[in-house]
Amino acid sequence: MSKAPTDWRSNAMSRRLRSRYAREKRFKALGLAAIAVSIGFLAFLLWTMASNGLSGFMETQLKLAIDFPRSSLMIDPAVLRGGNAEQALAGAEIEGAVASAAEAEFGPGGARLISDAGWLRVREGILKNPDIVSGRAEFWIPASGAFDIAAKGEGDPATGALYRRLDQSGQVRHGFNWSFLSGSDATDATAVGIWGAFKGSLLTMLVTIALAFPVGVLSAVYLEEFAPRNRWTEIIEVSINNLAAVPSIIFGLLGLAVFLNFMHLPRSAPLVGGLTLALMTMPVIVIAGRNAIKAVPPSIRDAALGVGASRVQTVFHHVLPLALPGILTGTIIGMARALGETAPLLMIGMRAFIATPPGGITDPATVLPVQVFLWSDEVSRGFVEKTSAAIIVLLAFLMAMNALAIYLRNKFERRW
Amino acid sequence: MMANDMSMSTAEASAEPKLRAAGVSVWYGPKKAIDDVSIEVDRENVTAFIGPSGCGKSTFLRTLNRMNDTIASARVEGLIELDGEDIYGKDMDVVQLRARVGMVFQKPNPFPKSIFENVAYGPRIHGLAAGRDELDEIVERSLKRAGLWEEVKDRLPESGTALSGGQQQRLCIARAIAVDPEVILMDEPCSALDPIATAKIEELIHELRGRYAIVIVTHNMQQAARISQRTAFFHLGELVEYGETSEIFTNPKVERTKDYITGRYG
Repeated sequence: MSKAPTDWRSNAMSRRLRSRYAREKRFKALGLAAIAVSIGFLAFLLWTMASNGLSGFMETQLKLAIDFPRSSLMIDPAVLRGGNAEQALAGAEIEGAVASAAEAEFGPGGARLISDAGWLRVREGILKNPDIVSGRAEFWIPASGAFDIAAKGEGDPATGALYRRLDQSGQVRHGFNWSFLSGSDATDATAVGIWGAFKGSLLTMLVTIALAFPVGVLSAVYLEEFAPRNRWTEIIEVSINNLAAVPSIIFGLLGLAVFLNFMHLPRSAPLVGGLTLALMTMPVIVIAGRNAIKAVPPSIRDAALGVGASRVQTVFHHVLPLALPGILTGTIIGMARALGETAPLLMIGMRAFIATPPGGITDPATVLPVQVFLWSDEVSRGFVEKTSAAIIVLLAFLMAMNALAIYLRNKFERRW
Repeated sequence: MMANDMSMSTAEASAEPKLRAAGVSVWYGPKKAIDDVSIEVDRENVTAFIGPSGCGKSTFLRTLNRMNDTIASARVEGLIELDGEDIYGKDMDVVQLRARVGMVFQKPNPFPKSIFENVAYGPRIHGLAAGRDELDEIVERSLKRAGLWEEVKDRLPESGTALSGGQQQRLCIARAIAVDPEVILMDEPCSALDPIATAKIEELIHELRGRYAIVIVTHNMQQAARISQRTAFFHLGELVEYGETSEIFTNPKVERTKDYITGRYG
């Protein structure tokens, strides 16, 4: 059978070639468009968060002068200089004195211009320098939510006018809201802080990783390197894959039933939150770990066994170090998911109002995403920017965690 | 059976064989890969296993230090003795066996660690060196024996994977030598190397002969003829012929061997 030689220069051939190139171009354009869309969404998200949230880190402060001898406050500076100043102040009616000073300074209704937690600044001031109680002293006190919003140009006209008047007389200033970074949840938007939720997240993540990482990695190692291939290991494998796909709320119910109702661990505690999230994170680490271990070339195992290493030595000296970058990637994904998780933590009581940062893993606490959820549910205007600010803190936490994991991964990868 | 007769007839066979296999069969699941092989390996000589691809020579080699144990479906029957000890017996520790019967693989497989660590790993896990000085000494001696010392002595902390293919393979030989084995099994050690690197490895095998019993699997018949004293020809999982290398190549007794050697198939 002879056939005419292929004519590479024929019209049909060049048409074919052109359509092939066109297809390639189309594909490239689609890919670029997909990336552009995702970058657009990301930029939009970050811009919205930043524009709403950054003002949440700022506060409006009012200058308030208090004439202590003429106020209702009866404190002897000598007592304050003694050992138990805290105790001496506990009985003093600072709050009332501040309120009446505000009424005197800003006219009727003046007490409503300052934050509910404003008197704490006066208390701090007195503790720092007891001598001021014998005379007249000036304090910068955080303004109330309504005044704060008016200062940002969004409040009701009357408060806005008042703001402009006080601003002109030099009684208003804007400062960084340090108490937002150091405080906990509060009923007043101007007094809330993120530290409590941040610490709660930190403790919960510590419990999660301390449990999920070793258990996940060891399970992956055992299943991949030691377990016989039979029906049981197949069932386990399928179960773990299914576990990774279980909706998180169900893990919350499990945590509620097992850790709280059966084991009677403390409610709302990072310990229980961490245990629940560890259950959720572990399958992700197992799956990533198994894939990473599978990807280690068998020749490395042969090499180690060939010089007389035992199987455990082979795994821990050679296979695991080489699989670690992949395992860490899986861990990042799992931990990032756990950090942003809200639903299971609601089930185990981490949505309670907690006004003090947790001291340990058994203290009641809340976590950043739950805090965001709680604040977003508040009616008061002031919570809008606080919610965004909390989201910024959550994202910063997430990025810091990921950066650490990526740094570790690259460090281990260099050993290839 | 024939293999045994042949080895008995050779004049310079040592009194006691280093390795002795009798009636060894290997299955991968239901598939029989090695069928009733009996062979004796001298301690003084280089023994070459030749044969076409898939004839089972590598499989058989891997039974000699129980590397087949890592394959779940593999099953070995028959008797293999190292110095008269049954290596599949109860008293044989597989970890120690693999230290005594070292192995060099087809593709150079240094650990992704430093050159020093590659060689030091074996002695370290077996506790062969009392201190750092002794370990340094073992590493230097092993690299010298593997003919690699001069090339790498100034770059011991560099990664073993950064070496050229031939150097990597000599590093693997140094790694095997470092644990002071009695037998070295080589599974087509030159198949991934260029002719110059191959020549170096062959030269090295010459130098190592006598100190270690060496068994080498090769596709390259010229190589078998150059470096070995005894040659075994495998075909379809059977040991067809085993004897003096010179005999096998010049005067094969079996038709199949003759066909293979003259290039009729393979």
